Amino acid sequence: MSTTATDAADAPAPAGPLPTSPAPRGERSQRRQNLRDTLARADVRFSPYLYISPFFLLFAIVGLFPLVYTAFVSMHDWHLIGGQGDFVGFANYIDVVQQPRFLTALRNTFSIFLLSSVPQVLAAIVILAILDANLRAKTFWRMGVLLPYVVAPVAVALIFSRLFADQAGLINSLLGEVGISPIRWHADPLSSHVAIATMVNFRWTGYNTLIFLAAMQAIPRDVFEAAVLDGAGRLRQFVSVTVPMLRPTIIFIVITSTIGGLQIFDEPRMFDQLGQGGADRQWMTVTMFLYELGWGSQKSFGRAAAVAWILFLIIVLIGMINFLITQRIASSGGHPTVNKAAARAMAKSVAARSATTSSASSSTTSGGTR
Amino acid sequence: MSVSVPMIAQTAGPGAARAAARKRGHVGGMNRRPGWVTNVLLGAVILLSAYPIYYAFLLASSDAPTISQNPVPSLIPGPNLIENLTRVVTSDIKFWQAVLNSLIVSGVTSLSVVLFATLAGFSFAKLRFRGRRPLLVFIIATMAVPTQLGVIPLFIVMSKLDWTGKLVAVIVPGMVTAFGVFWMTQYLESALPYELIEAARVDGCSMIRTFWHIALPAARPAAAMLALFTFVGSWTSFFWPFIVLGSSNPTLPVALQLLQASYFKDYSLIMAGVIAATVPLIVLFAVAGRQLVSGIMAGAVKG
Repeated sequence: MSTTATDAADAPAPAGPLPTSPAPRGERSQRRQNLRDTLARADVRFSPYLYISPFFLLFAIVGLFPLVYTAFVSMHDWHLIGGQGDFVGFANYIDVVQQPRFLTALRNTFSIFLLSSVPQVLAAIVILAILDANLRAKTFWRMGVLLPYVVAPVAVALIFSRLFADQAGLINSLLGEVGISPIRWHADPLSSHVAIATMVNFRWTGYNTLIFLAAMQAIPRDVFEAAVLDGAGRLRQFVSVTVPMLRPTIIFIVITSTIGGLQIFDEPRMFDQLGQGGADRQWMTVTMFLYELGWGSQKSFGRAAAVAWILFLIIVLIGMINFLITQRIASSGGHPTVNKAAARAMAKSVAARSATTSSASSSTTSGGTR
Repeated sequence: MSVSVPMIAQTAGPGAARAAARKRGHVGGMNRRPGWVTNVLLGAVILLSAYPIYYAFLLASSDAPTISQNPVPSLIPGPNLIENLTRVVTSDIKFWQAVLNSLIVSGVTSLSVVLFATLAGFSFAKLRFRGRRPLLVFIIATMAVPTQLGVIPLFIVMSKLDWTGKLVAVIVPGMVTAFGVFWMTQYLESALPYELIEAARVDGCSMIRTFWHIALPAARPAAAMLALFTFVGSWTSFFWPFIVLGSSNPTLPVALQLLQASYFKDYSLIMAGVIAATVPLIVLFAVAGRQLVSGIMAGAVKG
């Protein structure tokens, strides 16, 4: 690279803080030349680090440090306004775990998560089969399924809490038409979980379908050609070729939606106007519990931090289990190209989802996943 | 996607070609237009994704008594949309301030993410330095870290800085994202030829000028998509703004929560708020939805 710098000196170069006019030959200019060489070398050497540093700085300050510091806060009496109190060891953890609401919150979170992830992946696969057909105006239909993605989770929750109203709600009156008695969406735990999971599914199914569609394009054509030669029809091709080849992508979407889905807050928070998760906390999630401990009547950051740290460990644990399963599946089958595509799709979906869940972190954008 | 019959004849012999042609005729080959089942299902999917939004619009143009009497709203909008929107704007949720705040937060965040992510992406994709690979892997791995769980210390930090209730508390944590860096690295790897960079260097450009005059223009299509995704994410985000801004200086989702808390019985008003908060993104979607779709598709298509 030093050659570059020398060349640059011959032609009047606008680089850096150095004078740009060609200097007269002599000792002075020789020294200046050396200085310029040094600076150019430093530029080449350090610029790359400088350019990537914003991410690392920001991640350290708003991502990593808070996460680690959460453990510290959780070991103390810590009041929202009063600030740091005495060191209490694991008292906050013991206190939190003994609250019946914690178990309720854990149950609700997992229930909502299962009700939103499993049907969502199944629905996405069915819609994928439809969108994969040789349609006219492909982009139009793809935009159609993506439309819910631009509606904020808060707005989705407001719309659906009305659709799922216990009295005079649209869903209940449609059910009445077919002879099903009204469901108490805001009273029964499971019903409320279904309603909340529907909000998540509404917003994310189309998005995930497009990720599948993208991963599908990376499946080598010869596989389909072979299927055609073997006499497979469209349906058979889809079931026997497309879906197995998409398995890595499916697994990755499940993993990423686990990370976000277990932190769900917006939709259950907005399911009624009180935002406490129902009279018996029947749809209160772990993150809502965290919020209630920290910013509710108790204002106990210590206990809220304990909940955050427990949830973190649960997410890590589930992530590791997922990872092990994925490893086995990935090594036992799956085309390398597909895996690459899947990894990329995963990264994208995490990012997109994380941004929506919160902008508090240094990761990017969307709803279920972080 | 299609394999022509002659091609099959050439590669797999005439028998296979005949079989393929037969299959195509009867069962439906890859080129056939979809049948009515597909069309009906497609219609149902589109209906399911569009109706709830239209439902919000119908309620927003109605009034409270009509809504409580008709669980299934008439498909024709009512006459009260303007009136309801006016009530949202004049209610005590600081609507205009929320709009302005959302515009500022989403706009600044998008610009900043694009700038820093392109800078880092340029570095990772085209510059050689020690630790390049592991650092990139680290960044990708951070996407799996549930950083939202760090809200409590983050809130403590923001209080110490006296940033609570201020937009800067929402903007700063989102200024650069792992996804953005990863995305721009992917794009620039293939879209920016080394020759261009070398040419600029030979002409005496410093690194930063090379970035500004060569890499940034080359990154424009991907940068636009990244800006779009960041804007949507930031506009719709609730948890952190809700905690750190509160009701005194809300963004739109926070304002919607306030609207629900104060007027939960009046669904025409709440839905008018939903429509007012959603329409800007719907317009954006109508203009740039094509880019969003191809943005999601792009990664894997490039193989």
